Amino acid sequence: MDGVHDMGGMDGFGKIEPERNEPVFHHRWEGRVLAMSRAIGFFRAWTIDTSRYVVESLSPSIYFTSSYYEKWFLRNVRLLIDRGLIDADEVAAGRALRPGQILSRGRFTLADVEQATRRGSYGRPAPAPAKFKVGDRVRAKNIHPATHTRLPRYARGHVGIVERVHGAHVFPDSAAAGKGEDPQWLYTVRFDAQELWGADADSKLKVSIEAFEPYLEHV
Amino acid sequence: MAIKVWLAETGRHAPANVKCFQSVGDWLGRRLPAGPDPHLPFLLDAAGGVRYISPMAAHNHDHEEGSNLSEMELRVRALETILVEKGYVETAALDRIIELYETKIGPHIGAQVIVKAWTDPSFRQSLLQDASKAVSALAEVGRVGDHLIAVENTPEVHNMVVCTLCSCYPTDVLGLPPTWYKSFAYRSRVVKEPRTVLADFGVTLPVETEIRVWDSTAETRFLVVPMRPAGTEGWSEAQLAKLITRDSMIGAGLAKNPSEVA
Repeated sequence: MDGVHDMGGMDGFGKIEPERNEPVFHHRWEGRVLAMSRAIGFFRAWTIDTSRYVVESLSPSIYFTSSYYEKWFLRNVRLLIDRGLIDADEVAAGRALRPGQILSRGRFTLADVEQATRRGSYGRPAPAPAKFKVGDRVRAKNIHPATHTRLPRYARGHVGIVERVHGAHVFPDSAAAGKGEDPQWLYTVRFDAQELWGADADSKLKVSIEAFEPYLEHV
Repeated sequence: MAIKVWLAETGRHAPANVKCFQSVGDWLGRRLPAGPDPHLPFLLDAAGGVRYISPMAAHNHDHEEGSNLSEMELRVRALETILVEKGYVETAALDRIIELYETKIGPHIGAQVIVKAWTDPSFRQSLLQDASKAVSALAEVGRVGDHLIAVENTPEVHNMVVCTLCSCYPTDVLGLPPTWYKSFAYRSRVVKEPRTVLADFGVTLPVETEIRVWDSTAETRFLVVPMRPAGTEGWSEAQLAKLITRDSMIGAGLAKNPSEVA
């Protein structure tokens, strides 16, 4: 979706202000939100792509005015309700009003922490040979899917060079839509800044995206 | 009478002028389903559904406002209570996750990797070839997730990492991302004007240095190998590790000057 989350190249957000000796969490509740996110991610009730899509689907005013972990919290509540794991009246009441569902993996316990804090693998067997190889000139398609995609707007319609081929990976556009993993070849595609941002751009800048094969076409 | 509108979606009270479904929709910037009696307090849930607040919940909520805990703290506690009561999670497991990120999973892991790359040419080569495999083989680190890619800074090329779409970050080796990495300013600017971004970090690169920005738009994750500062020949691994900052492994900074840690 052409949402406000797709920020590459936007102006007006001001200076970057790194915080000295930044704590891992600024509030106690942020750690709880993160921990709950890891735990409920373990239920496998949704994919990482679905959870990103939910954050992207927050209205722009909420996206801009909520902090990072506030967005995570909103996402968790929404997904838990959507999947029937909790109910809105329970959120309102602040306590469980009926028994939980039986989870296939059981309650999330200490024994599950290690697995829940290590990244999963998204590589999958390739369903077909790769269409592109290192060095190929490719164009990022000018597409505007209404649902989740990982092709940033700033790259669309522009020509770059295939720099790396990563094998086939879970295709986020499909996974987020609940249509299965539909593995696709994944490439690093490198663009000259002047191709992306015009003749006035930094001539010594190159930007790459990680592009799934359906995002690309031969030039 | 003012109508209390509590938005579960935002965890906030609506402004005073928001008094009906129509005005909530205006405030949120989207259309809401037609509501029932607009004169009763209601709750907008995270799924966009509109529900009445029970008198009890409204009372509890009013009561909470008077406490010292922030509204987010209360809302997060409430969600945790629900998950625990429903038998989905064990509190101790949540505590352990937080402890891991506060004490075990952090940039010191990445720094160990960089020191090894600086001091062991064959490790450097395998790191650049397949970082997940190379790092997982390091006894002091242990297994890390797949799809980790190390990119090396040289006098010719300076690498920087971003996720313009969300906050993708090499958590296994750097821990949780700093706030600036997730900020709108960094995400929007670095793919277009990385030199002004570096200036915000107090870093200036020669104009002839190529800047290469890696936008983490898939599940691949990038770790920058900063340049080893001159004048550190013969330094121990522990000394070298002190030169390596988190920001230098994202590309927003350089390794420290030897005089800064000597």
